[in-house]
Amino acid sequence: MNKLTDNIANDNTQELIIEGASCASCVGKIEIALKGIEGVDNAEMNFALRTVLVTGKVGEDTLIKNIEAIGYNAKSTNETSDDQLLDEKEVADQKYYRRLMTQVWIALGLGVPLMIYSIAGGPMTVETTIERGIWLFIGLLCAAIMYFAGKHFYVGAWKSFVNHNANMDTLIALGTGTAWIYSMIVVFFPMALPEMARHVYFEATAMIIGLINLGLALEVKARGRTSEAIKRLIGLQAKTARVVRDKKEIDIAIEQVLLNDFVRVRPGDKIPVDGVVIQGHTSIDESMLTGEPMPVEKVEEDEIVAGTLNKSGSILFKATRVGKDTALAQIISMVKRAQNSKPPIGRLADVISAYFVPVIMITAIVSALVWLNFGPNPALAFAVVSATTVLIIACPCALGLATPMSVMVGVGKAAEAGVLIRNGEALQTASKITAMILDKTGTITEGAPKVTDVIIADKAYTEKYILTAASSIESRSEHPLAQAIVDSAIEQQIDPENISDFQAIAGHGVQAQFNGHHLLFGNQKLMLKNGIQLNEFVAKAQQLADEAKTPMYLAIDKKLAAIIAVSDPIKKDSIEAIKRLQANGIRVVMLTGDNRATANAVAKKIGVKEVFAEVLPEDKANKVAELQAKGEIVGMTGDGINDAPALALANVGFAIGTGTDVAIESADITLMRGSLHGLADAIAVSKATLRNIKQNLFGAFIYNVAGVPFAAGVLYPFFGLMLNPVIAGAAMAFSSLTVVSNANRLRLFKPQEH
Amino acid sequence: MMIINLIGLLLIALIVWWFWLYNPDKAVDTNTKKITIIVDNGIYQPSRIKVEAGKKVSLQFLRKDGGPCAATVIFPEFEISEELPLDTTRVIDLPVMPSGEYSFHCPMKMYIGTLIVE
Repeated sequence: MNKLTDNIANDNTQELIIEGASCASCVGKIEIALKGIEGVDNAEMNFALRTVLVTGKVGEDTLIKNIEAIGYNAKSTNETSDDQLLDEKEVADQKYYRRLMTQVWIALGLGVPLMIYSIAGGPMTVETTIERGIWLFIGLLCAAIMYFAGKHFYVGAWKSFVNHNANMDTLIALGTGTAWIYSMIVVFFPMALPEMARHVYFEATAMIIGLINLGLALEVKARGRTSEAIKRLIGLQAKTARVVRDKKEIDIAIEQVLLNDFVRVRPGDKIPVDGVVIQGHTSIDESMLTGEPMPVEKVEEDEIVAGTLNKSGSILFKATRVGKDTALAQIISMVKRAQNSKPPIGRLADVISAYFVPVIMITAIVSALVWLNFGPNPALAFAVVSATTVLIIACPCALGLATPMSVMVGVGKAAEAGVLIRNGEALQTASKITAMILDKTGTITEGAPKVTDVIIADKAYTEKYILTAASSIESRSEHPLAQAIVDSAIEQQIDPENISDFQAIAGHGVQAQFNGHHLLFGNQKLMLKNGIQLNEFVAKAQQLADEAKTPMYLAIDKKLAAIIAVSDPIKKDSIEAIKRLQANGIRVVMLTGDNRATANAVAKKIGVKEVFAEVLPEDKANKVAELQAKGEIVGMTGDGINDAPALALANVGFAIGTGTDVAIESADITLMRGSLHGLADAIAVSKATLRNIKQNLFGAFIYNVAGVPFAAGVLYPFFGLMLNPVIAGAAMAFSSLTVVSNANRLRLFKPQEH
Repeated sequence: MMIINLIGLLLIALIVWWFWLYNPDKAVDTNTKKITIIVDNGIYQPSRIKVEAGKKVSLQFLRKDGGPCAATVIFPEFEISEELPLDTTRVIDLPVMPSGEYSFHCPMKMYIGTLIVE
């Protein structure tokens, strides 16, 4: 927990939220305890709001400790919410932007007229005493501009310098400083310099400061847009909640909602905190979190999450997670963390930036020396111009911005589609996946098997009797398919009956006594082991297996009575999503514990050619390793619970969530929507982001690699071209803006329509 | 000309020494005094901070620079990324850390600090 401690001890009144105060008598106890602390003048508790207002000069920690000592919990109301932080950040950014823009106008106010004068052919040289006087005045004006509009560069450069550090400020300070000092030398001691070198560069100093400030200002604006996704997520949080306290419904601030509070939500309201429905039913729009467009029906005992929208009914629910524990708060913190993490591709830029600035300074010196030694007249003027231009054109910022800006937008974009990426590394690896293993149950299929066929083998029994017997025995079994049979019986209003001598035979099935009859229920192996005649029903069972169903035999008193087939329906968009993956050149492999026949049948239906069938849960990770050994970069998709080791071993583990279950630790990427389209979206976003990072890095590298020699004047001997320092300043200012704008292009990225 | 060239080479040598070869100052020990790390003008001050190993520590940051880069501090090894509000002291709690040197920085690595855990 991080907290703000802004002079709280000096405030005269402070408010605390009390947890665990369930009765009115607590009020007196808490108030007395607080008033007993030295320095507390008064303490008044509002029982309805569960808050206490304390007057006096006592630190918050002391108050909280004292409340905890008498058995309650207390927390500060001053904990800044994401919402407040965001507002503060926006205000700070605005202020920074305005300050920069003022500086832009100051600097360009002098720079532009001077620039026009010089372009128009006005002499920039110092010959007569009057000229010296005028230029001295302009030089001093320029110094004022350097102070008022560019102070931050010089202070930053100096502070970094004494810390043995160098950054963008260093380069700008040195570049503009060189130009100004040289110009002042020209003004004061023109005779010390060759006639042709008596040129002043005040316009360059002013223009460069103006342009770079302009670049920074525009960058602040552009950066604001990169965090749009997180702003939208934060905006989903409700501001108030209507809770039931003392049998009355009152509206309170969201921060004051406590665990186990009863909360009322009316149609059209946002769900304020996570909870479980206690009363009423409704449909809830979860699309803002999961990307799932269809509203979800919620009845009593269903979980609902903060930030989603209540559509139709009025419900009462119990708060189960509040404050920073809600799914939404966790999503926000995860997205923020991921946005600031760096994929491996960015590391090279980091290494380069560590050496960049000193290398540029050395380049500037070398360039000046070369001009002085070998340059044509006026060599000194050329040397000054080339050194200044080299210092100004180099842009460590573009390199530094290239990766983080794209990651910021890419991770945010993914979150908008209901895809939570854990960190930059996962983002990068996801873009390179060559093989994708899909767990069948719950990933490709709904994960909720249903009874599809009941084939009676012995006409002495009715379907109802078969289902009664099967559901009675299966109600005791823990097999995943057992629940399907029990549910199906309940649907037909058949209640399971008592059984005795229940026994599970691992890998085969179950047996028990039912109303004096002996029951055997399981696979073909179980039947053969017990010598039960199956005859033509083997073929019937095979036919069911070919249709991707799982057939199970029921024998009553050692005679085959029926075959019950169960199947887990394939999610309606699985086939299309798998096609999308395959179209991206990804080798899709299905993994399942089912027998080979059923597995192959499902695989055929969904268009997957490779299948790992009959895989025991503990062997899933081995299958991942098997593909990795073949040189594949393996993605593994599962529910994140049964297949945690496989997800962890895979190059990228995808957990396919149900709703807003984000607490899936083993996964690198969590898909909040059940659809496999999320998987294809995740890979598409990561590919687009990586492409964007590469463009940025390439641009930043090329810009510096080509710009610096050009600035040093390598083209002069061949074409007589020398770069103007003002143009270098403009190029530098706009190179980092270009990087941010290119990253912003990612905002427009749309995963393939589906 | 000879002298100018020599001065130039000397400057280069100075740059190499000052920025790369110089051994950094002693770190500020948080055990002996409580510190606030000021985020301003392109640097964290102090930027080398010594903390005790095997203990939970918290660092106090105060950001004075309005620039957007200064607004976030990242401890990459511990997957911590925290916003620093302007002109407000913010305490960042760090987990128990094994001995070693860890860097903390802004997203673009313009601001760089070192955490020495001993």
